[in-house]
Amino acid sequence: MIANAGAVVLLRKQKGLRRELQNRPDLLSIRIAFLCGSTVNEVAAFLELLLLEQGIQPVFYFSDYNKYFEEAVLDTARLVEFKPDIIFVYTSSANIQGWPLLDTSESDLNAYVVAESMRFAAIWSGLQPLGAVVVQNNFELPAQRLLGNYDAVSPTGRVRFINLLNTEFARAAAARTNLLIHDLNGVAASVGLKAFHDAGRWFSYKMLTTPEGSLEVAKSAAAMVLAIYGRTRKCLVLDLDNTLWGGVIGDDGPEQIKIGRETAEAEAFTAFQEYCLQLRSRGILLAVCSKNSEEIARQGFEHPDSVLLLDHFSCFKANWEPKHENIKAIASELNIGLDSIVFVDDNPAEREIISAQLPAVAVPDVGSDVSSFIRVLEDGRYFEPVRLSREDLKRAEQYQENAQRAAFQGRFQNYDEYLESLEMSAEVAAFKPVYLDRITQLIGKTNQFNLTTRRYTRAQVEAIAADPSCISLYGKLTDKFGDNGLISVIIGRKENGILHIDLWIMSCRVLKRGMETVMLDALVAECQSQGIREIRGYYIQTERNGLAAGHYAALGFKRSGGDDQHQVFRLDLSQGYQPRNKYIKEYVHE
Amino acid sequence: MSDILAELQPIFRDVLDDPALQITRESSAATVANWDSLAHINLVSAIEQEFHIRFSLGELAELKNVGDMIDLMEQKLAAK
Repeated sequence: MIANAGAVVLLRKQKGLRRELQNRPDLLSIRIAFLCGSTVNEVAAFLELLLLEQGIQPVFYFSDYNKYFEEAVLDTARLVEFKPDIIFVYTSSANIQGWPLLDTSESDLNAYVVAESMRFAAIWSGLQPLGAVVVQNNFELPAQRLLGNYDAVSPTGRVRFINLLNTEFARAAAARTNLLIHDLNGVAASVGLKAFHDAGRWFSYKMLTTPEGSLEVAKSAAAMVLAIYGRTRKCLVLDLDNTLWGGVIGDDGPEQIKIGRETAEAEAFTAFQEYCLQLRSRGILLAVCSKNSEEIARQGFEHPDSVLLLDHFSCFKANWEPKHENIKAIASELNIGLDSIVFVDDNPAEREIISAQLPAVAVPDVGSDVSSFIRVLEDGRYFEPVRLSREDLKRAEQYQENAQRAAFQGRFQNYDEYLESLEMSAEVAAFKPVYLDRITQLIGKTNQFNLTTRRYTRAQVEAIAADPSCISLYGKLTDKFGDNGLISVIIGRKENGILHIDLWIMSCRVLKRGMETVMLDALVAECQSQGIREIRGYYIQTERNGLAAGHYAALGFKRSGGDDQHQVFRLDLSQGYQPRNKYIKEYVHE
Repeated sequence: MSDILAELQPIFRDVLDDPALQITRESSAATVANWDSLAHINLVSAIEQEFHIRFSLGELAELKNVGDMIDLMEQKLAAK
């Protein structure tokens, strides 16, 4: 585990570890350009190890030292040629040029803020045409505070100035879709400024940070890269006894468990439950995996002081089966991959079993003291979002609706009858600006129903939407239980009267609902209106997309070559087309 | 004296990723493969962290080979 190794070990072993990790199969290559306000090689070396461990091989570009402005604004040729997916504007407080002068008054201060931010806005605008995601460091607080406490107050204070600049950067990121802020300030604060900065290294090598500081920056940057590619975890699976409450409910009885405000211990468990509930409210699913009898386990959430209620869990497994079996069942019921799960259990033996049996599940070493659970989870950065979409905020609700659908399904004789009764309606249309975030997110994180497993950044998606040689469609599905949101995407490229399907994905939460037939009907209608006579589909096998293997055959495409790992299918439109959709009652195609 | 050299051996091998590397007091960036400026930063940082010592700016500038580094380290370790 790279993230758990200290900076000392990594400094020494970096090259050997890199060689080992590069042997992994199926590494995804990502091109990352650093525009350097200081020497970033150490941060980049750590970042590479952290990403390799997650199956990503970064290819780096480094601007000349301190030429971050020039290479973004004046002379971009070398950068353009590199074709970056991500551009990291790696600046720090050491790169601020327009500090307020000592005679700055309250009314003058804003002009300084504007001037300095404009310099960076020029960088972001200069980088815009490259179509990459731009990640901009905000500013860490300065190592020295000339005015002491007053530095945070005075219009001439550097602390005050940095705080204003950081606010300005946050505003800019809200307004520019391709700009993300890397919270260098937060990382430096969490390391501690004294342990973060290294004046000796600065003077010797123009390196900003201590090895420890570099490692923490790299961890934070790695989490952002993973988030940009949608590789964040979706579900927190929780043990019960001594994890969500103190004591053993089966032995002590539901009244005796420690939760509430009465003791320090009870307060700590309450705080952890509140943290879990906050995660849920921003879109992380909660599930229970506990060795208990189900009836007794459920009583824990009827305790008057319990913050979490049964309704908050998308899946509840309390039984005596091995936990790794239960976690597999949770993943399958929620239609998520094991690599979307984080498991928290106070019992080290259980953690070890899960780590060994299900290596894809994240099992943070939370220890056995509830008061440190939150910190350990935070350090793991498992749930980092790039942005919050409306879908995120509604996700837990949507999974709840899925549970209702499953119960409903049990009441029908056959599956057709069930699909009929769902009263589904769909909307399929070309990409719209309002959905580009969600489309990018879905492209980044869909692994199972994904025919080609191509990943695109938001900028690339935006370019596809505007490209007349592409046909891009999104699909939304609603049924009597609620809105499933935007759950399917197709991208096709036209070439000599043939449409090549570059990407076709669908969220597993709408599997087996006939959504793919509506998508195809809409795609064909679009193709026919543009005079396309054939659609060609591709299935590129990965470890995780087995369930999409039969997709094209089921829709009536004919296999036409390729090998098993890379299959090609054709649909001839010159002989007409019979719409495939049967169950989705209303369907709007714009 | 040779003790420090023996302790430095595995650090150099790790950082320069060369398990067969044999450094001597005479080794320097000019004679050892892969000992470039970035590897040099790693070496200095790794040695500082492993031995809990700190080189000053002037000291680093005067080092010509591993032998110089060992002598400097001995002074620092003796002063601890």
